Amino acid sequence: MSPLVAGLVQVGIVFAALAVAYRPLGDHMARVFRAESHTKLEKAVYRFARIDPDAEQKWSTYAYGVLGFSFAGIVVLYLVQRVQSVLPFDFGRGNVQPGMAFNTAVSFVTNTNWQSYVPEAVLGHAVQMIGLTVQNFVSAAVGLAVATALVRGFTRSRTDRLGNFWVDLTRGTVRILLPIAFVGAIVLIAFGVTMSLKSGVDVDGQIVANAPVASQEAIKELGTNGGGVLNANSAHPFENPGEWTNLIEIFLILLVPVSLTRTFGRLVGDRKQGYVLLGVMGVIWTAMLAVIWTAEANGLRPLEGKELRFGVPGSAIFADATTGTSTGAVNSLHDSYTGLGGGAALLNMLFGEMTPGGVGTGLYSILVMAVIAMFLAGLMVGRTPEYLGKKLGRKEVTAAAVSILAMPAVLLAGAGVAAVLPSTRAALNNPGAHGLTEILYAYASASNNNGSAFAGITVTNDWFQSSLGLCMLFGRFVPIIAVLALAGSLAAQRKVPVTAGTLPTTGPLFASLLTGAVVLVAALTFVPALALGPIAEALQ
Amino acid sequence: MTTTLHRPEAVARTSGPRLADAFGEAVRKLHPRHQLRSPVMFVVWAGSLLVTAFAAIDPSVFTVAVALWLWLTVFFANLAEAVAEGRGKAQADSLRRTKADTPARKSTGEVVPGTELQVGDLVVVEAGEVIPGDGDVVEGIATVDESAITGESAPVIRESGGDRCAVTGGTTVLSDRIVVKITTRPGESFVDRMIALVEGARRQKTPNEIALTILLSTLTIIFLLAVVALQPFAIYSGGEQSVVVLTALLVCLIPTTIGALLSAIGIAGMDRLVRRNVLATSGRAVEAAGDVDALLLDKTGTITWGNRRATEFVPLAPASHEELVAAARLASLADDTPEGRSILELAGGPPATEHEKTGEFVPFTAQTRMSGIDLGDRVIRKGAASAFELTRTAREVVDGISARGGTPLVVAENGRVLGVIRLSDVVKPGMRERFAELRAMGIRTVMVTGDNPLTAKAIADEAGVDDFLAEARPEDKLALIRREQEGGRLVAMTGDGTNDAPALAQADVGVAMNTGTSAAKEAGNMVDLDSDPTKLIEIVEIGKQLLITRGALTTFSVANDLAKYFAILPAMFAAIYPALDRLNVMRLATPQSAILSAVIFNALIIVVLIPLALRGVRYRPSSASALLRRNLLVYGLGGVVTPFAGIWLIDLLVRLVPGIG
Repeated sequence: MSPLVAGLVQVGIVFAALAVAYRPLGDHMARVFRAESHTKLEKAVYRFARIDPDAEQKWSTYAYGVLGFSFAGIVVLYLVQRVQSVLPFDFGRGNVQPGMAFNTAVSFVTNTNWQSYVPEAVLGHAVQMIGLTVQNFVSAAVGLAVATALVRGFTRSRTDRLGNFWVDLTRGTVRILLPIAFVGAIVLIAFGVTMSLKSGVDVDGQIVANAPVASQEAIKELGTNGGGVLNANSAHPFENPGEWTNLIEIFLILLVPVSLTRTFGRLVGDRKQGYVLLGVMGVIWTAMLAVIWTAEANGLRPLEGKELRFGVPGSAIFADATTGTSTGAVNSLHDSYTGLGGGAALLNMLFGEMTPGGVGTGLYSILVMAVIAMFLAGLMVGRTPEYLGKKLGRKEVTAAAVSILAMPAVLLAGAGVAAVLPSTRAALNNPGAHGLTEILYAYASASNNNGSAFAGITVTNDWFQSSLGLCMLFGRFVPIIAVLALAGSLAAQRKVPVTAGTLPTTGPLFASLLTGAVVLVAALTFVPALALGPIAEALQ
Repeated sequence: MTTTLHRPEAVARTSGPRLADAFGEAVRKLHPRHQLRSPVMFVVWAGSLLVTAFAAIDPSVFTVAVALWLWLTVFFANLAEAVAEGRGKAQADSLRRTKADTPARKSTGEVVPGTELQVGDLVVVEAGEVIPGDGDVVEGIATVDESAITGESAPVIRESGGDRCAVTGGTTVLSDRIVVKITTRPGESFVDRMIALVEGARRQKTPNEIALTILLSTLTIIFLLAVVALQPFAIYSGGEQSVVVLTALLVCLIPTTIGALLSAIGIAGMDRLVRRNVLATSGRAVEAAGDVDALLLDKTGTITWGNRRATEFVPLAPASHEELVAAARLASLADDTPEGRSILELAGGPPATEHEKTGEFVPFTAQTRMSGIDLGDRVIRKGAASAFELTRTAREVVDGISARGGTPLVVAENGRVLGVIRLSDVVKPGMRERFAELRAMGIRTVMVTGDNPLTAKAIADEAGVDDFLAEARPEDKLALIRREQEGGRLVAMTGDGTNDAPALAQADVGVAMNTGTSAAKEAGNMVDLDSDPTKLIEIVEIGKQLLITRGALTTFSVANDLAKYFAILPAMFAAIYPALDRLNVMRLATPQSAILSAVIFNALIIVVLIPLALRGVRYRPSSASALLRRNLLVYGLGGVVTPFAGIWLIDLLVRLVPGIG
């Protein structure tokens, strides 16, 4: 089989698996967030946490819940790292340095999973299991909750209630993420992913670091987290032993963000509304895959920085999946990619992580973009703009604008300062255009809560630790607050009935409009910066 | 179709001195306080100042030219607004002329200036005097010349009580004497509010304009960040840029086209409305008109002619059809009522002969309930069915006509019933097409009538309205509006009577007829000076056109950026990365000529689009998808392509300038 055919077969397998899972999972998630009753386990959780699960919240209360929960998570995660030496399974790795602990705490709570540390040298199993893995689940569940709240903004009318954050968080964790991750971990173990509490394993007389990998690996992909238990991430044979695990991991990465479009369609009562979003995500994702794959296959040294067991296609699909979903796991060294291929991976993040984006975050991000696109489209058909029966006025546009503005603002500010700091030169492996790509990539990854490392840049100095940490925080929570505010003002409105004058949002016209908006916003914002990085590189 | 009456003063517009005024006004608007009203243009203004400072420190042909063209960009934006305001001002002046301060004679005998009148004051106005303020006639009847407001020269009658009691300040009493109770405070009359809308300075931004401004500001911030961050990236890459170049890039990227034209579009939209003789109290109402989902139209006068017209002759045996027609014609020869004329029209035949003219016309009276003619020994009468003795067959015919919404008119000669004329309410021509258009726009039409359901249905079917409300009382109208609004629909209606006032107030767009009562006018948010109920349809179109123009120019503005990147980025960075010159697809001569050409294009496109902003984007009723597709094609794709051609052409000239090319 030629590499091209082999690659196409792999793409086909991933698409087929997603197609099979799409409906059942999408419908299941819709049921989960619409359900009236609570399971016994959930009731116990609510009793323990003293939560009234049937008390619905206003958008601001919901937002306080998200922020409170997340900041508490950061504090706990920070402290756990700082006192690692007293915890079991620390293997003498000691307490984590403050800068690194802050960066890591923020990184995992914001679903970024940017790793400025070398796991097998810095973190023991206890921090991994009670710290990072917990956040891998709940940070993804926070994304699901916020997306659900926004969808409720569209479906509800004349209410200030968006549901209960604690309930959505709990349900997302126990009814969606835990069961799939459990099955996923078992399957990964079956295909050779390791699972051990020992610090290392003797391989032909050489001690190789080991960890409880499979349990983390499943949620690392499923929750679009991306933080590896081992430094080499999914390029490491313990995390990703072969072609099949590679495909399973790609499948897990895409599974929830893709299926959420079905959930969305079900919740708004028109499945086509979900399909059209899926179409937009799919078109952009596939186009980017074609670019990365072609660029890498035709590069000067196609296999540089790639695992031989994955080859160019297995690496390209993984790279597209991981950058298109805010996962950030890697199975190849993106720094070694061609100017075009690496630039495409970078652009994938710069789209704002909505093709298909992270768990929950992808859905709410593309809905925000749809709000902006429909505002312009609505004007062009001569009506006060509306989307899904809700008018888009001052409040809605403001919220959507703030949500969209946050990422480019922190990204460009951070990268701009970094580019002129004298210390940056020392941190870069490459000078010139490629060096700038390395800087842009790092800040794009943090600001979009992706966590993907281009590598080629050492990010352990105080500037990088703190600035990237702030990018993750603002990139995560400013949009979340704005999205919840948007949900609040949408829910307060009454629903506008569909008439012959309503612009349909299910056909190819809307799909092209939305695709255009996603691409145009990213292109117009970042082309000047990209011109000096990947574009200059690619044209040379 | 409606005829639009122009106030005579408003016809002359945008003549020589007006344009000169606009230039002066555009210069005055360079004041920072004015610029702050538009965030986008404020950035351009600040950029111009910055570049001017740098051009002063280190003058070169390039920096001076960029500074000049940046100022011109601001100037052109001001000019657009000033021209729109100038046109609005012409309207405002003509409106204002109607309210020149007239002395008011109170009923107490005291004479005060019209501007000091209070609500509730009673003023006396006699023949030849100007009515000092808006109000209701509480005593007397007079003919009033309202041409100053409506442009209609025929005087109208205004009398106390009933639906013809409203008078407007500035109109002149031609005969008799009336006592007027003032209903609006000076400065708050409809005319005052309309003046505020067409005069830019006092204009408030409408909700949609605010939302769009937020979006444009967001884009501006994004580009500001992108350009500010570009400098460190450029320094990193070893190609630090001058402030002049970065400012030029920024101004080219931010949506200056729409930013410059936004306020002109709003003013021009109001102006279009005024030119159709509609006064609106708020810009919000005009925008709402574009969103209307349901249109409540009174049957009489709007959908039908309002008078009953003969549509059929039904002979009763033994009389023949010809016999009936001839008799009906004779009976109507001297009948000057609309019904009588319509019978003659339907009957056809020659004009009255000399012999026929000798006949004696018997006019209709309430007692006889019939009219006719005595010609020799022939006594021909037509009249209400109840005035005649009818056979059973005749009774059936009469009842049949009534049941189907018509009015039967019995014709008899010498006491013998010849047959029945059917009088029907006739739907105005072209109504069906208009309603179909509205349906295509997504607007449902509801006909409101006092007729019984059967009649109402017949007319509704004929006119092609979507729904009807029969035997409607004012409170039914109100209830219907509430019901529609409960479902989230926006409702528009017209009305004139005092009992329409609650419904007018409840409707999202309430258009009061100028002939109506002040209560109606106060309750609505628009007044139609022509009192033409079908004008609602035009108002909806103006509202839509306003939004479409905004959307189209925003799309155009943003789409322009692509070409500007291709012009400016290679110019900035080809020196450090020669490969980037491959992006110079327009083959612009030098970096300076490329940047300057983009700046010049960015400024000139504003001037080019001023007429479009004032006129509004063409609107043809069609489905939302079709509209979007068309506008995306014209303004989106057009917006991508146009600047490539424009910048290339400008560069051909600019490269000839020494120091640039």
